[in-house]
Amino acid sequence: MVNRQPIDVYAHQIDDEKQASVLGGSAASTDKRYSALFNDYEDPDAIRRLAGGIKDHTLHHLDRYLEQAEESLVRNGCHVHFADTADDARDAVLSILRDRGITRLTKSKSMASEEIHLNDHLTENGIEVLESDLGEFIIQLDGDTPSHIVRPIIHKNRREIARSFQRGGIADDYNDDPETITRRARVHLREKYVQAEAVITGGNFISAESGRVVLVTNEGNSRFGMAPSRVHIALVGIEKLVPTDRDLAVFLNLLGRSATGQQLTVYTEFISGPRDDSQPSGPEEMHVVLMNNGRTDVLGSNCREILRCIRCSACQNVCPVYRQASGHAYRSPYGGPVGAVLSPILFGDRFPELADLPKASSLCGACNEVCPVDIPLPDLLLRLRDKAKKEHIPQPGDLPMAPFATLATSPAIWRTAMTMSKAMNHLPIQMAPVRPLQDWLGQRTLPEWHGGDFRKWLKKRKETDQPQRTQTSQSPSKSDASS
Amino acid sequence: MSRESIYSKIRSALADVESKAEHPGFEDAAIVSSRRLGTDSPKGAFTRNFEAVHGRVMNGIDELLSLLKEQGRMHGYCDPDLMDPIGNALTTGGCTVETTYDRERYDDYEFGITRATAAIAETGSLVLDDARTSDRLAALSPWIHVAVLREAEIVRTVPDALKQLGPSRNIIWATGPSKTADVEGILIEGVHGPGEQIALLIG
Repeated sequence: MVNRQPIDVYAHQIDDEKQASVLGGSAASTDKRYSALFNDYEDPDAIRRLAGGIKDHTLHHLDRYLEQAEESLVRNGCHVHFADTADDARDAVLSILRDRGITRLTKSKSMASEEIHLNDHLTENGIEVLESDLGEFIIQLDGDTPSHIVRPIIHKNRREIARSFQRGGIADDYNDDPETITRRARVHLREKYVQAEAVITGGNFISAESGRVVLVTNEGNSRFGMAPSRVHIALVGIEKLVPTDRDLAVFLNLLGRSATGQQLTVYTEFISGPRDDSQPSGPEEMHVVLMNNGRTDVLGSNCREILRCIRCSACQNVCPVYRQASGHAYRSPYGGPVGAVLSPILFGDRFPELADLPKASSLCGACNEVCPVDIPLPDLLLRLRDKAKKEHIPQPGDLPMAPFATLATSPAIWRTAMTMSKAMNHLPIQMAPVRPLQDWLGQRTLPEWHGGDFRKWLKKRKETDQPQRTQTSQSPSKSDASS
Repeated sequence: MSRESIYSKIRSALADVESKAEHPGFEDAAIVSSRRLGTDSPKGAFTRNFEAVHGRVMNGIDELLSLLKEQGRMHGYCDPDLMDPIGNALTTGGCTVETTYDRERYDDYEFGITRATAAIAETGSLVLDDARTSDRLAALSPWIHVAVLREAEIVRTVPDALKQLGPSRNIIWATGPSKTADVEGILIEGVHGPGEQIALLIG
């Protein structure tokens, strides 16, 4: 039995129904992305390179832009909290809520919160958290984790969801019509929105210049959550900055198209502070938690380009490995190529455990081709393979390569081995007690071993070659003339 | 404590970056989809792109009234400032219209009529500015949201719309009705927000 890597084990154990959901869903998203970008732009690649350039510039000056963003947010009336670790981030959110006696809140989809298991922490501390994105709501009902950056329940089909609704008391009867499922969630969540005292969101971008926090959703859930709440908490990774409002145009034009094939995500919200006198409604307090949680380790590594990522999931959708293995195989909130690079370094203490991820790729390069910020993902995967090798992290399934390395690097030993192996021609190999070998030989005949013969032939050919080559190179032109 | 720690970690992470990337700079034209803009007027392009995402453009109150009658959605909210051109005409046409939105009865409103401050031709988006929206929930909870807009307020491109964001604390661009494809990738409209998004052009 071959000793498999963890991601392989997932890919083999996934049931057919789930695999069909993942494959169909991701392939459809890849098609939509392609037509949106190529119908709308003559040269979408030029925009991807531009976006990558702006992100690189921002990351190379992250200290400066973070300071500027901090000033802008404070000027806008936001409370700014810095969270170096996952613990710091969880504590920051919890203490904001506790200080204000808040016990009920809604939350819109945020990958940063998945990273730090925020929901569990708040629930353990007596706070009722309700996920309001339809997919995340279903994940929460099932006690599951999202398997895709943009479509958290891509691995579930309508029958599973209908059963979850029945089990979770959202509906009295079983109904797996997607429209009915959506309407039922609409009714259920509305009641909760109006009771909630606070809303937690992520943040897709922060403009350092203006301090605007930009949020995109298709469902309108963040906006609904924000309308009745007193307090808005945005949990945002420190790499989400862009220099100016004008730069946002580049990223907004790419994000919707790359993620779901939309020219813009339905709701693009620009929030710059708590409600002021000009507004009839909106939260009275806005808190922005700027979270590090390993990002500076990534910034200091030779894979810092991965911090350009805007979480569109295009690389995940297009990846042949993800399509077979599903997102949970990546054992972190980030699946697909971005997860294979980001997770092992972002969660650095888990590097040995996640070091198989960068190896689970054929390096086909499709991920780089679709990336809206032009991250050289295959290069980064190779750099991480190198890191694992240098740190001597053993992997299940690794072949013992040391004897081969000795053989292949010493010409004398190699020559002898080649010739000596001719003895194999006289051995009854089919009798060897190795099952796979026996199976293989049952169907085929092993050709005779000619070890060393090629070298002899080549050596001889070099000595007598010259006249023959002149002759052969002439023959094609002769036949061309005659045809 | 976290603050200082993060800044110092960033600085040491960047210490070995020898050539720091310059901002590449760009012209607006490089990122605008000229194919989406086409050669027609901003109104023409807005209509085309807005309808492509299942929004509906209306040019008169009669058109709105007949839709409401057809769907039997005859009770809703209207921004008090819009009663004069619109709300009153709907009342005459048989609708009942409230001018204050009662949050306790969020499900009673079948339509909501509020002001949009601009629209984007390139993407077919409505710009809703909180400072000029009489009630945010009134633009969100009813099945039908009618955003009222003047033709002259339509801007051409996304960069143009970003230039005029202004000082408002909360601005939202709505590109079609609320939607999801979470269940098996099947498009369903009207998740939390409106299932029908209408742009009513006046003047």
